[in-house]
Amino acid sequence: MKSAVLVFPGINRERDMARSLKLVSGKEPAMIWHAERELPKGTDLVVIPGGFSYGDYLRCGAIAARAPIMEAVRAHAAKGGLVLAVCNGFQIACEAGLLPGVLMRNSQLKFICKEVFLRIERSDTPFTRRYNAGDVIRVPVAHGEGNYIADSETIARLEGENRIAFRYTTPDGKLDPAFNFNGAMGAIAGIFSEKLNILGLMPHPENHVDPIVGPTDGRRLFESLIETLEAA
Amino acid sequence: MKARVTVTLKSGVLDPQGKAIEGALRSLGVKGVESVRQGKVFDIELEAGDKKKAEATLKEAAEKLLTNMVIENYRVEIL
Repeated sequence: MKSAVLVFPGINRERDMARSLKLVSGKEPAMIWHAERELPKGTDLVVIPGGFSYGDYLRCGAIAARAPIMEAVRAHAAKGGLVLAVCNGFQIACEAGLLPGVLMRNSQLKFICKEVFLRIERSDTPFTRRYNAGDVIRVPVAHGEGNYIADSETIARLEGENRIAFRYTTPDGKLDPAFNFNGAMGAIAGIFSEKLNILGLMPHPENHVDPIVGPTDGRRLFESLIETLEAA
Repeated sequence: MKARVTVTLKSGVLDPQGKAIEGALRSLGVKGVESVRQGKVFDIELEAGDKKKAEATLKEAAEKLLTNMVIENYRVEIL
């Protein structure tokens, strides 16, 4: 798997991401500066990592979404290329129009940094094929603006087309407002693009990959991508 | 030429920050406030020129960057 991790000023999760990609795929990803206009030839996966691009000025992800490299990401995605957008990356992907909706301030107005439970909504996608639908995994979150919002038409379309990737649930996979800690509509933690080749999510699966850290529930997401590319 | 772009949340979009400010005003004893919605103001200096062109530039700026049209509206004024 040939991956490229985008680097914007203010991003701080790119090394965690690169480390996990290397650990699971055995291959070092290319680190691509935002001012570049092209991705390395043969890139299979583009990762937009987490952090605070441009200090979250204007709106989270707004300025990064308009960086020169994003044109190349758009072209990659349009050809069906895989894009994984995590946390600030999810905000950037929404601002860039790669995914619908927007991430607003958490409903409790607090930056929340903790481990949460995610229910896998479907397992027939390039990102989740190594999980089973209904599985509940533990993954950390660290964000102040993760409250997913879209107009009712968009939400209905996402639900109707089964494009919800993950929801915040109880440890046994039940929806409960107490576990939807940021107030996201439908407890949405992550969504897919129409062609299922783009995944945006607020939690950090890249932080639960190495047993030295603890749980490894995020590992299968990366294994899924590798399996998808090998099968292609 | 001086101009101002005002960006506000569309009605119906939940505004947790506005709500917090509303609560703070109440706890400060400021009376008569029914609700608060937070927005942004951009003061922009433009090259001298005709007003039509300036308005087009501001519209472009507002739609390309200053506003997230999913949740926000904008208003343009030449001052």
